[in-house]
Amino acid sequence: MDVRFINPFLEATMDVLKTMAFVEPRPGKPYLKKDDLAKGDVSGIIGFTGAAAGSMALSFSSECILKIVSNMLGEEIKEINGDIKDAVGEITNMVSGAARKKLESLGLSISAAIPTVVAGKGHSVSHVMGGPSIIIPFETDHGAFVADVCMGGVK
Amino acid sequence: MDIDKNMRILVVDDFATMRKVIKNLLRQSGYQNVTEAEDGVVALKELRSQKIDFVISDWNMPNMTGIELLKAVRADSELSSLPFLMVTAESLKDNVLEAVKAGVSNYIVKPFTAEVLNEKIEKIIENLGG
Repeated sequence: MDVRFINPFLEATMDVLKTMAFVEPRPGKPYLKKDDLAKGDVSGIIGFTGAAAGSMALSFSSECILKIVSNMLGEEIKEINGDIKDAVGEITNMVSGAARKKLESLGLSISAAIPTVVAGKGHSVSHVMGGPSIIIPFETDHGAFVADVCMGGVK
Repeated sequence: MDIDKNMRILVVDDFATMRKVIKNLLRQSGYQNVTEAEDGVVALKELRSQKIDFVISDWNMPNMTGIELLKAVRADSELSSLPFLMVTAESLKDNVLEAVKAGVSNYIVKPFTAEVLNEKIEKIIENLGG
């Protein structure tokens, strides 16, 4: 996978969570993922087409996403419910929009589909490109999450 | 600057969570009088049945999108001068151009803070006065 795709997604993820959820994620070292198991309990997945094609997933631990969504809504949420899934869809959308804006400035015009949200321990995240994907791990004061990016096919 | 914090704001978004997020941000800036609609069709009904002072609408929605709602509002003689803030997940050039052509008052790109949202609202209201 082209490494130029890592930074736009990394920066977009940090921007969105800082702005909307007042959470400061600390990125770790990106690594190659070879299986299709999700790293978290709730994942938002979105596909891309255009100058480059592929998909991105954001996969959150329960503890982490409960804190993020509680901050976004200004009310405490204690379990993974419809609000959490809606919010993960929105966060995925916003990260996708922010990352695509950054890619557009590199001359890559990319369209996004509508995000899908999957919840439950041990669910899988399959990329349309078939992987391998790059995992960008993040730590927060309230648990971990990852951005799982699989992009390719630059014309 | 005189901004009536009691003005009635209609928040239009198909995601209930995003409507809550925007309501939460508005509350932080002192706006309490907020009503909601889940798409453009419902929003238009609300706009025609009660007095709304300000619209904050998402772009991507089923049934009637934000841009279609904006065009319908501008084409309605009763509503045509209504302040309309468009919310979008992307600031891609074509989208912005389309919204400006359709007469949007301003637009805001997700993600945004309560301060940025408030600034956009104030700017729109100021321009109305001028």
